Amino acid sequence: MTGHHDDHDHHHDHDHSDLSETELRVRALETILTEKGYIDPAALDAIIQAYETKIGPHNGARVVAKAWTDPAFKQALLDDGSKAVGTLGHVSRVGDHLVVIENTPQRHNMVVCTLCSCYPWEMLGLPPVWYKAAPYRSRAVKDPRGVLADFGVGVPNDVEIRVWDSTAETRFLVLPMRPAGTDGWSEEQLAELVTRDSMIGTGFPKTPGAPS
Amino acid sequence: MNGVHDMGGMDGFGKVEPELNEPMFHTEWESRVLAMVRAMGAAGAFNIDTSRFYREALPPHIYLASSYYKKWLLGLEDMLVDKGYIAADEVTAGHASTPPKPLKHGGFKINDVERVMIRGKFGRPAPAPAKFKAGDRVRAKNIHPTTHTRLPRYVRGHLGVIERDHGCHVYPDTAATESGENPQWLYTVVFDGTELWGADADPTVKISIDAFEPYLELA
Repeated sequence: MTGHHDDHDHHHDHDHSDLSETELRVRALETILTEKGYIDPAALDAIIQAYETKIGPHNGARVVAKAWTDPAFKQALLDDGSKAVGTLGHVSRVGDHLVVIENTPQRHNMVVCTLCSCYPWEMLGLPPVWYKAAPYRSRAVKDPRGVLADFGVGVPNDVEIRVWDSTAETRFLVLPMRPAGTDGWSEEQLAELVTRDSMIGTGFPKTPGAPS
Repeated sequence: MNGVHDMGGMDGFGKVEPELNEPMFHTEWESRVLAMVRAMGAAGAFNIDTSRFYREALPPHIYLASSYYKKWLLGLEDMLVDKGYIAADEVTAGHASTPPKPLKHGGFKINDVERVMIRGKFGRPAPAPAKFKAGDRVRAKNIHPTTHTRLPRYVRGHLGVIERDHGCHVYPDTAATESGENPQWLYTVVFDGTELWGADADPTVKISIDAFEPYLELA
């Protein structure tokens, strides 16, 4: 480790207090990497555009909605998440290690990465700040019901809470329970009810007729 | 390493505060940092475990006070300097002044973008049979490596049960130090909340980690 940041970062770098200093530093690094021929700024633009347009919770929502309507697909998804999602064609970027975990009346699942920020971004988009920040990472494994309360989510006391700490390259997606009152709904309609947080385990799907 | 990044079970960080309608990036520079890390990684300057280790190795006061992408920036700078891709005085000057060092996969170009949007594959052929099977009772070893590891402190020394076997994967502990992929069996290991947090803990809570075989011993 070089540790050369120690000398000039003694004032604390909160997001909004040193924006211009950080911005200059980022530009300087990009300039150096470009001048050395390591990167092409247009390729960076394309990476950012891909993140902004190709990934997001709509991918996960489609998978969940299909599992709610197709029992064979649901079983395949629980048996091998990557393989089942691969059969849908649209999410080839999912990799080999997607594990789908099912919420039931007896068990509520919740996903965290205590060590960094591991997250199934190809299914859910880039993780929100709270997922990567200390309050969630520290408390999710010790006081999951307290964390759920921060989200306004209550899980009955007789339901097991299972917390999955993403400590390897496996990536976890929660399959929430299908909301009541959705009999006969199409996959497209159902997908509209599936929220990002319901697939992390810090929320529930929307209920029919509730304001979005 | 027993760093401040290993946060599971720590107190004092306050409530989780979700941001309504959170944007993907809060400033433009965050997106440039993400893209630079992905591009330089794909070009072969470093692997994902090495990049995690450099963020973990930031001084604790810097780690805690820096935003997520600021940590990525600081880790990226340190890593590229240490590996000889850039020089510290180039960072200060904001311009290149030394010749480039060849990258394993060459410079990152626009045709490489699709490749970084596909998650990497970490499964590898098994060099030896698995030591454990689903249902086995295991103990997470009480080990304290000073280099990168994915065994969080809060499970060390505790008893759990093997629930799933994920096959053999690249071993982060050796990949991070560039001493080889060294594939190891990977298991989901489940711990009771009361085993980890004591008799007063919520008895309805279970916690699992994904643990590489060298982290575990038969109990």
